[in-house]
Amino acid sequence: MNWLDRSRSLAPPGFNRWLIPPAALAVHLCIGQAYATSVYKSALIGHFDVSQTAIGVIFSIAIVMLGLSAAFMGTWVERSGPRKSMFVAACFWGSGFLVGAAGIFTGQLWLVYLGYGFIGGIGLGIGYISPVSTLMKWFPDRPGMATGMAIMGFGGGALIASPLSTALLKTFDGFDPAVDGANWIASGDAVGKLFLTLGIIYFLVMLYGVANIRVPAPGWKPRGWDDTRIRSTAMVTRSHVSAANAIKTRQFWLLWTVLFLNVTAGIGILEQASPMIQDFFRAENGVSTVSAAVAAGFVGLLSIGNMAGRFAWSSASDVIGRKRIYMLYLGAGAVFYVVLAFFGGGSMLLFVAMAVLIISFYGGGFATAPAYLKDLFGTFQVGAIHGRLLTAWSAAGIAGPLIVNGLLDAQGKPGTMSAANYTPVLLTMVALLVIGFVASTLVKPVDAKFHEPELEPAATAMKGA
Amino acid sequence: MSTQEQEAFEPAASGGTSDPYDVPVDRAPLRLAFGWLLVGAPLVYGIITTLSRVGQLFQ
Repeated sequence: MNWLDRSRSLAPPGFNRWLIPPAALAVHLCIGQAYATSVYKSALIGHFDVSQTAIGVIFSIAIVMLGLSAAFMGTWVERSGPRKSMFVAACFWGSGFLVGAAGIFTGQLWLVYLGYGFIGGIGLGIGYISPVSTLMKWFPDRPGMATGMAIMGFGGGALIASPLSTALLKTFDGFDPAVDGANWIASGDAVGKLFLTLGIIYFLVMLYGVANIRVPAPGWKPRGWDDTRIRSTAMVTRSHVSAANAIKTRQFWLLWTVLFLNVTAGIGILEQASPMIQDFFRAENGVSTVSAAVAAGFVGLLSIGNMAGRFAWSSASDVIGRKRIYMLYLGAGAVFYVVLAFFGGGSMLLFVAMAVLIISFYGGGFATAPAYLKDLFGTFQVGAIHGRLLTAWSAAGIAGPLIVNGLLDAQGKPGTMSAANYTPVLLTMVALLVIGFVASTLVKPVDAKFHEPELEPAATAMKGA
Repeated sequence: MSTQEQEAFEPAASGGTSDPYDVPVDRAPLRLAFGWLLVGAPLVYGIITTLSRVGQLFQ
């Protein structure tokens, strides 16, 4: 398996760097399926005859494993190079589906936890960070845009997986609209076949990424790009900090806090999007004016906002700076939450616009993080540092739903409430974002005592990528 | 590298250079088209499918 080694993936002179984003996207579009698990959730509840929580645990395990594997495998990913790590991610992600399928076919839920949750979750974590540092090395002139492109794929993966899974489930079940109707729920057998099919498709698509990823040659830089210009910006270092030292800095934990609060606040809307829009718009007789199908359209629009925000805001950060863009995510996000809380119920257009902008900031926060880390800590072990930062996502994945569900439970049952019932939870999100805004303003350049002495700028030029 | 890809090289920078990596960029059009199509086509399918449901929001 020597072809997986970093040395075998070195790009030849003249290699076109625009071949790298599709290779990275091939991985992120596949692992982004994790956001589309709701498609077969009801089918699994019926198949295993268990509660919503028992099925929700599958996704929770996967997200926790994403954070843990990214944190603990980050240094290995950095050392092994993108090709080997993407291959390992493809093996874990693909086999996670296959083991999950075995669990569905044999009626053993623990196998689905082990397969999709544990094994697949490891694939998620390794796959998420694998191409990121490589992309930043290929696009040192536009690192935000480069990482935005890849991480956009994670948001876009659900947009593909959701309709694809529905179409496959209907095919496997022999769906007949005249017989099955609007309330059709797929059989467990169809979900098992779906897992088998997705496992194979995703493995093959990810192999395209494995075969086509390249690392730039030592000392490579884009033609016509003057890397000495980055010296003029105080918040962008030309020095390097190791992953072990990065977590000892105040900057890392401020960024961790910022990402944690931004993700937690985003989950506030994502978690309750469908019942929330129905509760906000009710006729005088108490019946919602928003049907379930229209609410599903709103959820889809949020997915597009999430994906677009990852690319657009992260690209914009190359121009206006990382610190300022995070202040925008958190500051403007807080204002939009206030507007949503007090005026959202008055206009559908205003409600949708505020929600989509908030979710675009949520996505932007994810996509801008690697470029911010590169600015603060250099490229030396930025992938490993990114992996450690993603534990904030895992923590938010637990804290966000706990906060939102806890506050909403005190108000009533989502889907039967009014706009006013959402005010406490929305204002809580405002408070979280304000704290995040303050944390963001406190980020300063990393102290020189944390820099790697043998990797100071002059030496780095020789060591290259 | 295919002949077609070799022909797609950008013209060499004038004046020559001592930097081994400052060489013309291989545009690799076929590989580029295939790669972007592989990731772009499903993404466009997903966006169009989703947008088709979004229209109902404002009806």
